[in-house]
Amino acid sequence: MLLLHVVLAIALYWLVLGSIGLVIRIERRALARLLFPLGALGGLALAVVAYPALSGEPQSLVLPLGLPDLPFHLRLDPLAAFFLLLLGAASAGVSLFSAGYFEKGGGDDIRLICLQYHVFLAAMLMVLVADDAYLFMVAWESMALASYFLVTTDHRVPEIRRAGLLYLIVAHVGAMAILLGYGVLQLGQWNYTFDAMRANTLAPTWAAVAFALALFGFGAKAGFLPVHIWLPEAHPAAPSPISALMSGVMLKTAIYGLLRVTFDLLHQQMWWWGVVALIVGLTTAFVGVAFAAVQTDMKRLLAWSSIENIGIILTAIGLAILFHAFQMNLLAALALAAALFHSLNHALFKTLLFLATGSVMHVTHQRSLGKLGGLIRRMPWVAGLALVGTLAIAGLPPLNGFASEWMLFQAFLLSPGLPNSYLNMFVPVATAALALVVALAGYVMVKFYGIVFLGQPREEFADAHDAGPAERAGLLWLALWCVILGVAPTFVVITLDPISHMLVGATLQESLQQSSWAFLTAIAPERASYSPLIFLVVIVGVVLATFLLVRRFYHGRMRRSPPWDCGFPAQTARMQDSAEGFGQPIKQIFEPFFKIERHHPSPFDEQPQYSSKIEDRLWYWLYLPIVRFSERLSSFVGVLHHGRISLYLAYSFITLLLLLLLVR
Amino acid sequence: MNWGYFASQLFQSLLAVLLAPLMLGWVNQCRAWLQNRTGPGLLQPYRVLFKLFHKDAVLAYNASWLFRLAPYVVFSCMVLAASVVPLVATDLPFSLAADVIALVGLFALARVFMALAAMDVGTAFGSLGARREMLIASLAEPALLMVFFTPALISQSTALTTIVEQLAHRELHLYPSMAFAGVAFVMVLLAENARIPVDNPTTHLELTMVHEALILEYSARHLALMDWAHALKLMTYGAIGIALFLPWGIAEAGNWAMMPLSVLALLVKLAAGGAGLAVLEMVSAKMRIFRVPEFLGVAFMLAVLGMLIHFLLEV
Repeated sequence: MLLLHVVLAIALYWLVLGSIGLVIRIERRALARLLFPLGALGGLALAVVAYPALSGEPQSLVLPLGLPDLPFHLRLDPLAAFFLLLLGAASAGVSLFSAGYFEKGGGDDIRLICLQYHVFLAAMLMVLVADDAYLFMVAWESMALASYFLVTTDHRVPEIRRAGLLYLIVAHVGAMAILLGYGVLQLGQWNYTFDAMRANTLAPTWAAVAFALALFGFGAKAGFLPVHIWLPEAHPAAPSPISALMSGVMLKTAIYGLLRVTFDLLHQQMWWWGVVALIVGLTTAFVGVAFAAVQTDMKRLLAWSSIENIGIILTAIGLAILFHAFQMNLLAALALAAALFHSLNHALFKTLLFLATGSVMHVTHQRSLGKLGGLIRRMPWVAGLALVGTLAIAGLPPLNGFASEWMLFQAFLLSPGLPNSYLNMFVPVATAALALVVALAGYVMVKFYGIVFLGQPREEFADAHDAGPAERAGLLWLALWCVILGVAPTFVVITLDPISHMLVGATLQESLQQSSWAFLTAIAPERASYSPLIFLVVIVGVVLATFLLVRRFYHGRMRRSPPWDCGFPAQTARMQDSAEGFGQPIKQIFEPFFKIERHHPSPFDEQPQYSSKIEDRLWYWLYLPIVRFSERLSSFVGVLHHGRISLYLAYSFITLLLLLLLVR
Repeated sequence: MNWGYFASQLFQSLLAVLLAPLMLGWVNQCRAWLQNRTGPGLLQPYRVLFKLFHKDAVLAYNASWLFRLAPYVVFSCMVLAASVVPLVATDLPFSLAADVIALVGLFALARVFMALAAMDVGTAFGSLGARREMLIASLAEPALLMVFFTPALISQSTALTTIVEQLAHRELHLYPSMAFAGVAFVMVLLAENARIPVDNPTTHLELTMVHEALILEYSARHLALMDWAHALKLMTYGAIGIALFLPWGIAEAGNWAMMPLSVLALLVKLAAGGAGLAVLEMVSAKMRIFRVPEFLGVAFMLAVLGMLIHFLLEV
């Protein structure tokens, strides 16, 4: 039995799980408690199966399903296996959490959610193993539709319906571009299997067209600028486990698609594709982090932060293209490993944080940062595990976010070997932009964690309590992997080697073996090395030693009192920074990027009201003109519509005549 | 790898931890002299630490475990940072654990813990300080990375040991790009260590404080650890500056014969640096918080310029 068979069996298992709820009548609680943990088992099995497939030989299979003469082609190679691993590991945590989450709330009809949820998982799995454009598009569209229905779970709220519609439109514009891209890749031979596409050699112009279509099409799903617009609307609208799955895993399927087309289906990359990807990636990352800093809704903040991370991943891919185009394969492997590693890391910590917001919303029913606060004292488990995610996403050692960013910086620093002096001037500036993004991410995450979990409660939540065991288990699973991958990045990089070998023809294993496994190195140990294990051991060791020494030589006496705060007597929770207040410096420094509507009260106002609304300028520069244009276009078509049946019959008659004349 | 290496490591770490308050005392003493005051003496920071460790800690009612954990984490981050940089010796066992990029990450870890702890009690000044500190840091961090990239490009490495060996043990060669990087580094040092003109270490005026606002709620042993970590950070920054721009005289690990000379060289360089810092602080005035982005923007541009000059003139 092939590993691919097991993978397909897991997809089938998810579909069966999803339909059980519809067939058998069981009550909500039992259904959530039974089916979602079973789904988590599927995720776990998928991760276990995908791991050996990462280093194994590619396996293919042809299934006689679908249309006649168009069977489904499936293939499991290292690249697909890695993303299956990501899907399995992240979805195991999300499914476990969902058992606790959907038990009590998050949508009226749990049976429907359960079905859509598992169809969504199975569709993502099929996207990753598809080996022909036909199956790929079927799975891609099922994924889009399943997630659309999940986003609009609370369809009675008009904003959520709007967000869903926007998501659906952008998803389909993207899907069209992907389809056109495959059309270019098959080179007029009408054979849509990926194998046939790999065998084709495209002219440079057509290759560039295919790359551009892939960048746009997959970018619409991943959230590259300027097609990121749906992401901050759709992710907050969905129930938290769904947001987690969309942000953590679904965006990565787009990264998978981009890698598949760029490195696998197209063999020759041109260096300027790399520059385009770098510029788009850095702009996306910067806009993402700047907008995240000024958000006041915690899920919107995380959605913008996803845009930032996707931008970082695209930057790494751009660098890999650049190196590969100049035949610097070892460096390309380093950049590619950074991109893949960061994808995995983002899947873990972003799911973790979205799930934590789910727990918070469960007990407070609040998404607005301005109403939360002080939850570390009411929800110690959630707060503690969310702290791990916060530190990891802020790119701090010794956790996993830092390891991948470190590798990316090293790849940037190795760029002076590029045989083009303009590029040599450009790359340092790109490095600087990346450094700014990474530093601002720290700002954003301090804001997120500080306002939600720390400080005094801004509103009283009488029944705020910690998350239940299933929710805790889901969070713990993800937090654990954030720490493990952070402390042992060398293993991850070695595991990624077969992919680098397949896509860019070089591996990092030799450069890593020059020093011990505890040290992550870039090409050579004397160039640069980083050991998260020593970081962890020394920090924990010094903390313990200091603690004991202070107790031993002095004392541990302590008493409690009201806070000092420079002696100000009357302090209320309203005196803390609000979300607007914390983001204010960023708003002021990067003002040109935002469209801000402020209403300042007059000094003589008896009941002053302050409001400020921040919008994306792209809405006004790009999207509204497109909307106006298509409205005008449809108003021309509208001239034909009079609502009289005789007229419509006449149209059909004329069309028929014309067709007869033309075709004969 | 033999015991000599580990002994050098232990020696350097202990030396850094014990000497750090002296460095702070020296800067304060220089400032006092420049202001025509007698000054409290070089040992004042030690007396303050001694006093603080003896006092009973006072905690706000709602302070959580994060608030109590943060001083220890911040302190140990700084101990690790001071152990990694080549203070008296290169090629230490720990120096492989972090290159300059990881070092920046380590400082960021300490800072994030400090900012989170400041927000924990939920006072007006705490969150104000956290916001300002994170703002200054998020602008200083890219500038600092850019500063590091110029020597990294010259020596083809981001490991401080390799940089020192490349720059110190080669024939004397003038790099114009390093001059730009050096100026930018001093500006970042001022910002990151809460010195004038970005922050005022002696202020308790509510509207101007940044670092002081972060540690406002701390007392006794917690405050002592925070202060000690702050002193260590200043010293580590000094050591990084020395390693990048004046790397001569640093011994190799295990080479005990060179060690006294190395310690002496370190003391002289740090004393000169501290005096320079005092002079810089004397001749400048604290700036408004929204002038800080411009200040750090200049540092950033200088560092980028240094890098471009490296590509134009030195490759």
